[in-house]
Amino acid sequence: MSACAGRGATVADRVFALIDCNAFYCSCERVFRPDLARVPIVVLSNNDGCVVSRTSEAKALGIKMGEPWFQIRKAFEAAGGMAFSSNYALYGDMSERVMTVIEGLVPALEVYSIDEAFAELTGVLGDLDALGREIRAQVLACTGIPTGVGIGPSKTLAKLANYAAKRWQKQTGGVVDIRDPERRAKLLAATPVGEVWGVGRRLTARLGELNIKTAADLAAADAWTLRKQFSVVLEKTARELRGIPCLELDGEAPPKQEICCSRMFGKRLHELPPIREAVATYAARASEKLRAQGSVCKRVRVSIRTGMFNPDEPKFARGVMCELPYPSDDTRLITHAALAGLEQIYRPGFAFSKAEVLLLDLCQRGEYTDDLFAPTQPEASRQVMAVLDAVNAKWGRGTLRPGVVPPAPGWGMKREMMSRSYTTDVDALWSVGG
Amino acid sequence: MASVSILGPVATGGAEIPYFLPSVPAGFPSPAQDHIEQRISLDELFGLHRPQIYLARVGGDSLQGLGILDGDLVLIDKAAKARRGDVVIACVNGEPLLKIMGGDQHQVILLSANPKYAPRYVLEAEDFQVWGVYVGLCRQGRHCG
Repeated sequence: MSACAGRGATVADRVFALIDCNAFYCSCERVFRPDLARVPIVVLSNNDGCVVSRTSEAKALGIKMGEPWFQIRKAFEAAGGMAFSSNYALYGDMSERVMTVIEGLVPALEVYSIDEAFAELTGVLGDLDALGREIRAQVLACTGIPTGVGIGPSKTLAKLANYAAKRWQKQTGGVVDIRDPERRAKLLAATPVGEVWGVGRRLTARLGELNIKTAADLAAADAWTLRKQFSVVLEKTARELRGIPCLELDGEAPPKQEICCSRMFGKRLHELPPIREAVATYAARASEKLRAQGSVCKRVRVSIRTGMFNPDEPKFARGVMCELPYPSDDTRLITHAALAGLEQIYRPGFAFSKAEVLLLDLCQRGEYTDDLFAPTQPEASRQVMAVLDAVNAKWGRGTLRPGVVPPAPGWGMKREMMSRSYTTDVDALWSVGG
Repeated sequence: MASVSILGPVATGGAEIPYFLPSVPAGFPSPAQDHIEQRISLDELFGLHRPQIYLARVGGDSLQGLGILDGDLVLIDKAAKARRGDVVIACVNGEPLLKIMGGDQHQVILLSANPKYAPRYVLEAEDFQVWGVYVGLCRQGRHCG
């Protein structure tokens, strides 16, 4: 028998943390509006459609996630509530500040979304509960954004601990550490399986049929059965719940396989010209995203549709795939293809509400093998696009744009309740009485 | 009597001037060439890259005695601990004000630096918080930007 099998002789136990901002969009709105500290707030999706973020005060008024604004508006405003259009310039800047603060306090960070990040704390000495509290305090001091911190031996468990920290904010002070097996078992047994990271509504129903109702049930389920009946992903989730880390911290997100730009128009459009403007705008934006990740695409899919809910309006939805002559990231070529596609699918007599431009068949520039006889994107094209991106980076998005893209479109998004971009535009800074 | 010779207008705009401008005598390498490191960055100087630093625009002349004028941009450190005597953004009942924080541990008094304005006593029932501490000033001159 070997001598080194004793306790503590194994590899260091892995430790992960999930840091998550509370009602992030609403919290951002509050940073520069101290008068709203206790006012119920909701932030609305693009076009002021439905609720995408709400404070606990709004929750207490019975406002649910995803509720259409027009349905709740009257009652919410009567109760003293305040709504904002999505102000992504502000949220993006505040997110960067939050992540910068956390980055300075942990050994490794994976920014998972605009308002949450995984940290790896493996090997960190000292009291991790205190570290969690330090992270919360520092983020709050530097940005005014409240957060919750979950700590556990795998990413899935860290996420679950975070759920508990949020759920029992008062009792926990916003930090929950479930490395201790006893605490973990208690939390797993008390958590519905639908709250586990990666288990969606459909999976919850299917798992229910197998009598897997809580996180503890999933952790205890047979791994092989899960893999056979569901997927290897769910098998990993179950292992993670048992405290066996299967997911590592991701550094950079891998380049996307598809790029989509799709938006509702601010009002219904009937004629072709404004729809052309919208499609060209979305194509230009999608091409920018394409170049930003260093990819080229071979196909462009353009689609348009009418509103789907108004029973009195005739409905219409159609899309078409357009081939490019060669893999390209040139705004001009992609826009041209998208507009040609639009000409094919447009029919007069409908009230169109949305257009979408989807770039498909992506590969990294230089990754594909050229057909010796096939045409390829000319070098001049790359140079023109480099200038376009450089100009727009320096003087703001849309400074240089295709002629068909209008500077201030009549069909633009409805954003009637937008706050100022307090931190990113010198003309819209916060003003303080002196 | 001192004499003045007029050389003509100073050229404006155009070329960026590096921190060290080497003169380059023919045939002899400039000793300054190796020392050009970077241009001065106001962002760096003011610490604008730090997550706790915010810019705000001053509206009003209550701090003109300190040289903080109406329309100035002020740099605010949100994380700094405020001490008596600091200029702070104080939020009284939700309204942000740039004032000098005075008083003692029993009583907060917000002071101005302009005889036009009386001290503002913060009452116990009022909602008061310090949003951040004033740490710097930017003022744009004519023709700037």
